[in-house]
Amino acid sequence: MQLTINGTSHEIDIEPDTPLLWVLRDEIGLTGTKYGCGVAQCGACTVHVDGEAQRSCQLQIGDLEGAEVTTIEGVGTPEKLSVVQQAWIDHQVAQCGYCQSGQVMQATALLNENDSPTDDDIDEVMSGNLCRCGTYPRIRAAIHDAAAKIKGA
Amino acid sequence: MGRAKTIARRTFLIGSAAIAGGVAFGIYKVKTPHQNPLASSLGTGEATFNPFVKITPEAITLITPHADIGQGVVHMQAALIAEELDVEFGQFETDFGAPDPAYWNTALAAEAVPFAAFDEGFGAETMRSVMGGVAKLMGIMGTGGSSSVPDQYEKLRTAGAVARETLKLAASQQTGVAVDALKTANGAVQLPDGTSLAYVDLAEAASGLEPVSDITLRDPSTWRLIGKPMARKDIPAKSTGTQSYGIDLNVDGMVYASTRVNPRRAPMNGYEANGADTMPGVSAIVPVTNGVAVIANSTWRAMNAANQIEFDWAPAPYPAEQDGHWEEVAASFTEERLDKEWRADGDVESALDGAEVIEVEYRAGYVAHQPLEPLGAIVRADEDGAEVWAGHQLPRFLQQKVAAIVGCAAENVIYHNQYSGGSFGHRLEFDNITLATEIAVQMRGTPVKLTLSREEDFVTDYPRQIGMSRSRGMVKDGKVESWSLDIATVSAARSQSGRLGVPVPGPDTQIAAGAWAMAYGIPNLRVRAYAVPELAPTSSWRSVGASTAGFFAESALDELIHAAGADQMEERLRLCNNAVHRKVLEAAAEMSNWGSAMGANQGRGVALVESFGVPVAEVVEVTNTDAGIKIDRVYVAADVGRVIDPVNFENLVQGGVIWALGHAINSEITYSDGMAEQINYYDAEGMRMYQTPEIIVKGLENADKIRGIGEPPVPAGPPALANAIFAATGQRIREMPFNKHIDFV
Repeated sequence: MQLTINGTSHEIDIEPDTPLLWVLRDEIGLTGTKYGCGVAQCGACTVHVDGEAQRSCQLQIGDLEGAEVTTIEGVGTPEKLSVVQQAWIDHQVAQCGYCQSGQVMQATALLNENDSPTDDDIDEVMSGNLCRCGTYPRIRAAIHDAAAKIKGA
Repeated sequence: MGRAKTIARRTFLIGSAAIAGGVAFGIYKVKTPHQNPLASSLGTGEATFNPFVKITPEAITLITPHADIGQGVVHMQAALIAEELDVEFGQFETDFGAPDPAYWNTALAAEAVPFAAFDEGFGAETMRSVMGGVAKLMGIMGTGGSSSVPDQYEKLRTAGAVARETLKLAASQQTGVAVDALKTANGAVQLPDGTSLAYVDLAEAASGLEPVSDITLRDPSTWRLIGKPMARKDIPAKSTGTQSYGIDLNVDGMVYASTRVNPRRAPMNGYEANGADTMPGVSAIVPVTNGVAVIANSTWRAMNAANQIEFDWAPAPYPAEQDGHWEEVAASFTEERLDKEWRADGDVESALDGAEVIEVEYRAGYVAHQPLEPLGAIVRADEDGAEVWAGHQLPRFLQQKVAAIVGCAAENVIYHNQYSGGSFGHRLEFDNITLATEIAVQMRGTPVKLTLSREEDFVTDYPRQIGMSRSRGMVKDGKVESWSLDIATVSAARSQSGRLGVPVPGPDTQIAAGAWAMAYGIPNLRVRAYAVPELAPTSSWRSVGASTAGFFAESALDELIHAAGADQMEERLRLCNNAVHRKVLEAAAEMSNWGSAMGANQGRGVALVESFGVPVAEVVEVTNTDAGIKIDRVYVAADVGRVIDPVNFENLVQGGVIWALGHAINSEITYSDGMAEQINYYDAEGMRMYQTPEIIVKGLENADKIRGIGEPPVPAGPPALANAIFAATGQRIREMPFNKHIDFV
């Protein structure tokens, strides 16, 4: 089967029930997308599929023929940061950092839909992403900051 | 002027002739120094000044041995060296270093002695020094107990200063310019004429010199890094998915494994493969202690296959049902199980005899650690050695554990520490390491990557201690007059050290930690700790004993103050007998505008708990909504002596409060049929974004000693919340997790 990951087309030959998460990590070698719970409870595996934030642990590869997938590696790099990633650095969000790929992907999807999210909007969209270190106050501040930058751009 | 810090020359190990072009120094052993572990790997023209600085013609490397489990300690350690070495972030690399006795942790051992952290009398200081000596000799290179900053604060600045002065001496000899006329900045020695000599270009010359030991640490007023807001060096990678964790590593030729072991912590009687062995990519099912491992060509295939297997597990060595655990705890307030009477001010028995006694009982259940990166490890066992890639907090013990299974000397275990996706105490345990090694010895030469599924991680976690307290108190004339607080928990320290093979001498300092040393002068005050015999095995959980004892103490005190009819803050301030603690209470009162009017359904609660030497006062504000309790705001004041990085300090305090409150409201591990009933985050999730209050943080610097901040924000959170709920609703919550008794929104 074929799908596009971060703009590159990939032919994948694997059991169709394999979760996208494990295809990304073990087959493609994109390890920025994290395994946290395997049951859509933590959000560490969040990627964009055709523009929408999805839990890659819940998507079977066999259902993704022709899909456009964007991972954390596809939204920006240390050399070319996205606005959201820059805000994450400006606000010194990360502690252990393990959840932050998923947080950045979820926040990016939120801001793609809504460039002026309220605290309630943030609560609604971001509460599915667990952070065991408790960086939520900084995530919230970084999202507001990124929104301001996106609007000002 | 900075305080003169001269290192006696006899404490140095001067460079060995056997090391070509290099020089080795170590200042770190009780009387004679440990060997400098960097010396053995030096090439010609490379210099190492002590176990923390290595300079080659190509690069400057700072060794940061404390494990980074999210607390930012790599950055902190590097900043301490860089402050004195005069190098900037970006000019050097960091490395966790190989496990070595030279990296012993004195601060960790200091916390193991049975004196209050604030007791600096002769007896306490002497014992701390004895214990510190023991740690040195054992070479405990450990991260825990919020000890990284106290351990490294002087050591690493000294290391930077020694290296800097030796580089200046090398530059002086090379140029003929007097040392006094030389300056350093940006990784270079600067001559009066403006010429810069890069450290890397001085490495060869410096390698022939004895290190300069006559150094003076800089006065804090001249610091350019410490105490200023920093930008952690790991954060760009952690914001872009490019930080590699243990779970992300790929070693050539590795196979993937996932384990299932008896969740009842007992042997496996047998199993039925149920087709797992013939699933795609599966190459073998191999035995491990109490279970099996599935070997496959991907993590997913290994986990998937492991879940197909049907097991016959032997029964648990502890009560199969949770009620049995509580019964054992409740039965532990006896003379035989008295671990230590920690505090006996006045005569509490006489005072309570015949008085109107307020009697309350509190409970705190088991709680899992569950950092987001599941446990795992990569291990390759060879014929007479092994190589290990994994994040861990006790690397020297890790080497011993691996060596015992491989059948080799501990020094033949090459260990590569990794950034960890959290720990909270979980990475003080060894099962992931030993299981991966057990698999690896069955296929020597092949690297094995073990990754636990979240469910397997939950059921094999060693949770926080379970415990209860019984409080009997008496108030008089609007004051707290007499109080007896008895605390009974299982001993996480003994459970943990039993697995480690190192006995804990004397009483367990953690059972009543955060309670017995309370900074309150109550005329009759007694605090006793009772040790419940081992039930389900337990381990250190962020803030350890104080996470339960702090809740017991500050909640029960709240009940007494309420009975006295006094204001919760005023009475605590009146009772407070330590100037540093008083200032954190006063700060929290001021930040929260304590005493100001609140809405009809709102309430405010306060708690003061000392944890690992850090007094922390928290004020929590809640609203009792129609749907449940909403946590609005938390004000935190903490005194660590000196704040190294105010940004990371705030982040760690906010995270500590979220950790504490999240678990207090909704998380526990209970046992049924001998197994943990909670197997994924939907059963024990901690706090989420929508529940997160505004958290306002203030770091104070009145204490004499510098302390860490990873754990101390935790213990005061739950009692402050419970006290706020009482203020808002009139309902006392006497058991964690609170959602067994009240709803939260």
